[in-house]
Amino acid sequence: MKLELREITKTFGTFVANDAIDLVIEPGEIHSLLGENGAGKSTLMNVLYGLYRPDGGQILIDDQPVRFTGPGDAMAAGIGMVHQHFMLVPVFTVAENVVLGHEPTKGGMLDIAAARELVREISARFGFDLDPDALVEDLPVGAQQRVEIVKALSRHAEVLVLDEPTAVLTPHETDELMNIMRQLRNEGTSIVFITHKLREVKAVSDRITVIRRGKVVGTADPSADQADLASLMVGRQVSLALDKAPAAPGEVALQVSDLRVTDDAGVRTLDGVSFDVHRGEVLAVAGVQGNGQTELTEALLGLQDNVQGSAVLHGAELVGRSTKQILDAGIGFVPEDRTHDALVPDFSVAENLVLDQFNRAPYGSALSMNPTAVRTNADTLVGDFDVRTDSPQNAVSTLSGGNQQKVVMARALNRELSLLIASQPTRGVDVGSIEFLHRRILGERDKGTPVIIVSTELDEVTQLADRIAVMYRGTILGIVPGDTDRDVLGLMMAGYTAEAAREAVASGARTTDSQLADEGELA
Amino acid sequence: MSAVTPSAAEQGSAPGVGSGGTGSEAPPPADPSQDRWGRLVQDIARGNLLVVVASFVFAFIIGSILILIADTEVREALGYFFARPGDTFSAAWQSISQAYAAMFRGAVFDFPGFTRTLESLRADGGTGTYVWGPALMRGLRPLTETLTIATPLVIAACGMAVGFRAGLFNIGGTGQLIVGAMVAGYVGFTFQLPIVIHLLVALVVGVIAGAFWGGIAGFLKARFGANEVISTIMLNWIATYLLFFALKTSAFTGANQSQPTSPSVKDTASLPLLLGSQFRLHAGILLAIAVVVFLWWLMNRSTLGFQFRAVGSNPRAARVAGISPARASFAVMAVAGALVGLAGAVHILGTEKRLTDGIAGSLGFDAITVALLGRSGPVGIVLAGLLFAGLSTGGRYMETQQGVPLDLVSVIQALVVLFIAAPPLVRTLIGLRRVDNPGAGERRRRARATSGAGEDRTGATRNGGSSVVSTSSAATSQAPSFSGSSAAPDPAEPPGSAERSGARTETKGEDR
Repeated sequence: MKLELREITKTFGTFVANDAIDLVIEPGEIHSLLGENGAGKSTLMNVLYGLYRPDGGQILIDDQPVRFTGPGDAMAAGIGMVHQHFMLVPVFTVAENVVLGHEPTKGGMLDIAAARELVREISARFGFDLDPDALVEDLPVGAQQRVEIVKALSRHAEVLVLDEPTAVLTPHETDELMNIMRQLRNEGTSIVFITHKLREVKAVSDRITVIRRGKVVGTADPSADQADLASLMVGRQVSLALDKAPAAPGEVALQVSDLRVTDDAGVRTLDGVSFDVHRGEVLAVAGVQGNGQTELTEALLGLQDNVQGSAVLHGAELVGRSTKQILDAGIGFVPEDRTHDALVPDFSVAENLVLDQFNRAPYGSALSMNPTAVRTNADTLVGDFDVRTDSPQNAVSTLSGGNQQKVVMARALNRELSLLIASQPTRGVDVGSIEFLHRRILGERDKGTPVIIVSTELDEVTQLADRIAVMYRGTILGIVPGDTDRDVLGLMMAGYTAEAAREAVASGARTTDSQLADEGELA
Repeated sequence: MSAVTPSAAEQGSAPGVGSGGTGSEAPPPADPSQDRWGRLVQDIARGNLLVVVASFVFAFIIGSILILIADTEVREALGYFFARPGDTFSAAWQSISQAYAAMFRGAVFDFPGFTRTLESLRADGGTGTYVWGPALMRGLRPLTETLTIATPLVIAACGMAVGFRAGLFNIGGTGQLIVGAMVAGYVGFTFQLPIVIHLLVALVVGVIAGAFWGGIAGFLKARFGANEVISTIMLNWIATYLLFFALKTSAFTGANQSQPTSPSVKDTASLPLLLGSQFRLHAGILLAIAVVVFLWWLMNRSTLGFQFRAVGSNPRAARVAGISPARASFAVMAVAGALVGLAGAVHILGTEKRLTDGIAGSLGFDAITVALLGRSGPVGIVLAGLLFAGLSTGGRYMETQQGVPLDLVSVIQALVVLFIAAPPLVRTLIGLRRVDNPGAGERRRRARATSGAGEDRTGATRNGGSSVVSTSSAATSQAPSFSGSSAAPDPAEPPGSAERSGARTETKGEDR
């Protein structure tokens, strides 16, 4: 099936999200759609999937114009979509999820045997290891994603759209996904792969289309240079490698020993974590999402209820103190989920910028706020951090994700810090701004502030870290130097200890990343 | 580089500065598992102004239809509609225009009264200010009455608004009002204190009592996570029965134990009348203005208000920023209770003077409506409060003059709330609905996710709404007295105080 988007235009008010975009997906190719957050990739795919009606342009399947009024039409036409956030019912089995919406029936009853058979058949064809009777909530993220893929394939999808599929995967799961993608392509399914990660694009694509600000700005072969792709995506030259000065660590600033967190269900989510952070050093906490990083940062901030053990910052115990007291001790905090934990959506940018200091001079007193100081502060920070907004008085929810992240970072860095804890500091921020934010973090380190960075992106970890602590299932598997091999880190994130990972790498375990690096493609 | 082929769009365009985009990516919708009540309250409280206005228009249109149905002349004319259709239309027009004109006369300016006074004084040979002064007084009398009714309503609505802005659905207006009025009244008719001090003490204890009553719900929420909707409703009942009980004790009834009515508050504790003894307008209105200003300062300038709003909009983020949502919700309820308690104190010390078992009336629930109508903002509350008070004074006049049942006014009030609670309905009716807009799919998904909360909402609205309806049924007919404990209306009661007699049945609405 050949899919063609011709001059697709989609506007929201005065904002042009898609400006006459042309895109041709040939049968049996992996076509990557590369662009920054807000470039219009998702809008385009929502148009394709029938969620939005285009203001102009046509969709053609095998050169026949088609019109979709909803996802049902798109599915019927052979277009399947795997969303970034899975659309699965956690308490249903794999088979039930796969047939949900087009259930096979026998005499008015659900024919679960047929559903099981369907899952088995598709799994066998593509070598997925899926148990049709497993509950989805018990499956690891990678397997859940395969359920989504099976779901799309079971509806005879000939074009499969994968929206940022690797955001939630470990490096190894990413490799597995790429193998699946290649296999699907070989079987004749076309794949539209949406991402902003250059490495992955280069590893798996047959063709690359780069979108910027709603326009197609170029197409590229996978052999294209990474830096060229980046500058095409961002619209200016960017340096991907951050040349940082070596750290000059001082005395131990934060001493965490045997920190344990138990959640409401009685599950130990953080299990005996111990580490030190020195002044003027960046300790990166690496790991796949959900391995205790959130609990670790929240425990340090006094946001977890059941915390045992100790965390001593400059001689003062943090465990057992209120969040307010901890923040007042000079800790800057960037939570990993900005919409949930960091920003008050109805508040203006200016108000959000003082959210953790609203009753401290000069922004306010115990009784009343000082609007002038709040405004001046906002004007300064919006300029410094290049936050794109008409006015700092606009509600923060009107900003794009990347700009919201800049607001959160600006707030955390906006005072004398005794410790900086930043989770996913550059999540959703464009390539150009990542560089800027990384420099700010390193600047803070060079001022002598101890810094903890929590990130699931290996790129970020290796660029910023002086030391790397890898977390796995609530424990720290090991703390390794900042220049540790990516393969070793990747294996550690999957549960290998540092030694085991080194041995495995020495005996030849590789990831796509490092193979590419060997071939001289990657910096 | 050769592999990269910039397209036409790229060529010639100066390399722009990388940006985080222009907001095509709306922030993901709030997790539906987040406090749905909070979201809901916020949605209602920030309703579109257009929706509010349109809701009124629709409510009045439906009200007009009901007026027509209630009007015998129109019904008769309808009987020979095909013979003389003009009759029907002229009767209909007569009926509606006269009804709404009467409403205006009763609520704002009594023009016939004004001219009549003017002419009779002129006939007596008066000139100049001697004529205009009394005539204007006569004409503006309804307005002062409206202002009197609006006074406690606006104060209480300000208290409600504090809760709404902080994402708490405080249904406890009635309870807080009763407690405030009870304590202030007790001080007012029992204590012997010098003139200014007595009033101040009575007001302050009213405030404290309200704060305490609201604070209970706040404490339960903060400490044990009890839903404030449930606890405030229950506290309403507790306060109501406490009042019934108190009115059976000699401490409250004084010498006359047979009547469940307290003595009148002493003059030293009364809010002074502003326009002389002919008018009921009292200094409480100055307090109401002060409270409105206070509300503005609290929510927009104070540190406390900053915390309230932060917790109301995103409790998680507030907590991460060092604001304790538990402590904030306690403070919110205490402040809200304090203001509503003040309303209760003003109501008894200014308007009512005597504590009766129907002292709170439907004030507690009307205050919710007014706060929602006024979108929880100071200006909005003043306007909505005046409007509501005007509807009730004008409605009463409409009933006596045009024979249109006062119930209709309450139906209109309830309809307004109903429309405001369903903004999409109103938007559809006025053709504002655009299907194809950014995030439409997302919103649909969200709507589906929160449909459970939607059911909650209707429940709550039905509660408030029906109580509004019940007010008037009590005022116009001999509503069955509540659970036998409330006595028949005091025969000595001045005929004008329907507000008071309507009060007693407020609990009926909840009952269902």
